[in-house]
Amino acid sequence: MDYVLLTEQVLNGFQLGIILFLMAAGLTLVFGIMDLVNLAHGSLFMIGAFVGGTIALLTGSFVLGVLLMIPAMLVIGIVVEMTTLRTLYPRDHLDQVLATFGLILFFNEAVRLIWGPEGLVVPLPSWLDGVVALGFGITYPVYRIFTIIVGLLVAFGLYLLVGKTRIGMLIRAGASNRTMAGALGVNIPKLFTLVFGIGAVLAGLAGLIITPITQAAIGMGEDVLILAFVVIVVGGIGSIRGAFIASIVTGLIDTLGRSFLDDILLFFMPSNAAESAGPAVSSMLIYILMAAILFFRPQGLFPPKGAGG
Amino acid sequence: MSLFTPLRNPANMFTALVLVIFALTPFVAPLIGESFYITVFARIMIWAIAAVSLNLIIGYGGLISFGHAVYLGIGGYTVGILAFHGVESAWIQWPLAIGISGLVALIFGAISLRTRGVYFIMITLALAQMIFFLAVSAERYGSDDGLNILARSDFGVSFFSLQDKMTMYYTIFAVLVASVLVSWRLVNSRFGVVLRAAKSNDARVESIGVATYRYRLTAFVIAGMMCGIAGLLQANLEGFISPDMMNWPRSGELIFMVVLGGMSTLFGPVTGAFVFLMLSELLAGWTHHWHIIFGPFLVLVVLFARGGIAGLLSRGVRRG
Repeated sequence: MDYVLLTEQVLNGFQLGIILFLMAAGLTLVFGIMDLVNLAHGSLFMIGAFVGGTIALLTGSFVLGVLLMIPAMLVIGIVVEMTTLRTLYPRDHLDQVLATFGLILFFNEAVRLIWGPEGLVVPLPSWLDGVVALGFGITYPVYRIFTIIVGLLVAFGLYLLVGKTRIGMLIRAGASNRTMAGALGVNIPKLFTLVFGIGAVLAGLAGLIITPITQAAIGMGEDVLILAFVVIVVGGIGSIRGAFIASIVTGLIDTLGRSFLDDILLFFMPSNAAESAGPAVSSMLIYILMAAILFFRPQGLFPPKGAGG
Repeated sequence: MSLFTPLRNPANMFTALVLVIFALTPFVAPLIGESFYITVFARIMIWAIAAVSLNLIIGYGGLISFGHAVYLGIGGYTVGILAFHGVESAWIQWPLAIGISGLVALIFGAISLRTRGVYFIMITLALAQMIFFLAVSAERYGSDDGLNILARSDFGVSFFSLQDKMTMYYTIFAVLVASVLVSWRLVNSRFGVVLRAAKSNDARVESIGVATYRYRLTAFVIAGMMCGIAGLLQANLEGFISPDMMNWPRSGELIFMVVLGGMSTLFGPVTGAFVFLMLSELLAGWTHHWHIIFGPFLVLVVLFARGGIAGLLSRGVRRG
């Protein structure tokens, strides 16, 4: 097997995993704490890409785009939460699915109206454009390494926030027993708004990070959203640790499956069959994994303690 | 309970009106010079069949499947792939389409019904997307671009040919009526009683010795097969299949039709599909950016119109 290619694909898989984690972390917090199914989380991914990308293009600085995107997404997240989602907390999951489905249509069309149907191309700053040698003849794009580092830093920061700070303690208290935390004097509605805002920033960051590689496009968050669903189901709803591990595993399996499954299948079947079965099976791989895990552990790999299932 | 309850209830009147429109369109539309409505209503009736099937599990079973459109795709792709390989006989296409839909529903149901709540929603969604991506990766059958079907299913008899516009239309109409009848019989049978009881209190039904899992799985499979029929009709009507017919927004739209018309009512999905698609058609004709109105409309319906059209119209009666 080609080790240069293997290393590259492992890193790519890791990068996909990081993007998934940024999405899944927000989703799993919103699920875990507010018991809200939010399909529009993918829209926040898209809005982050468009808003941050526009700022980057206007100011000519990608870093400024990232930095200014954060307060922008926080505000957008809080507005969406306070205007619409707040009324959905006491509703059943069906109502939440439908209302947030309506929000997706609205956001997609709003982005089409503001930015036009073509999407947005955001160039990389010159210092991030290029490749770096990793030794053993392996080179890898600087920007992709940059995304992995940013993602890991955010994951670590989130771990500190949830695990070590007072706000994190309140979040965990809200997640394990909302009523009890409220009775003890935690301002639950305010906490919800804050958590949703954090989730919106993380989703927006994920969307903006991916933009220089692909481009900002309408509906770009939807495929990522479904993968993030797979991640949080596998990881256990409400568990940040589960979301992290499941994200990386999903990213690796999906990326490696797509590049190497043809070769692996060659051991079992004739080459023309392997070539046609390869793409088909690899596109299904992570879903098969999800089904298998749920068959044995219906609550996911890391169900959060005390969340009542 | 009689299927033909008196028409004093406005909800029933509205249903009757929609059914009369469906029944008479092929005669009326050419008279007013709007023949394209025949295809529009044929399309709406197919969605209505799919919505009726979804209502069996969402409305009566309380199982929020967010991947129901996958059976449209499976029904459609079975017909399309067979036609692609030269098998045009309806006697092979239709039983296979229904059978494969049922088999997939059995596998997906067996996996997803082990879970509850949010997990169930997301697993049905993910499993459906798996088949969607499978169709996207099938280059031989057109990938994203889809596949044209050159000939409609052939029943091999001269007096019944789906190539004939009227035969196609009334076949769809007959299937729609049949699917409502089937769900009426199911819901009011012992099977339906168990299904509804398990929806309201699963633990109680289990504790009197009924294995609710099996009932739910059976309902899931029946709904899948019924939706597979809608898929094979869609492939026949449009002469075209593509992965988009089972992409996840289609599943969302199906749920919406059920909720809009009135969940757990017999004809709710039919009126829901009618209003949903007519409204889409109207708005789309009015502005290219119709989703900007339609999206908030969906949100408002969820927030304020509980019980859907059936609920709204029935409440009107009680007040009046």
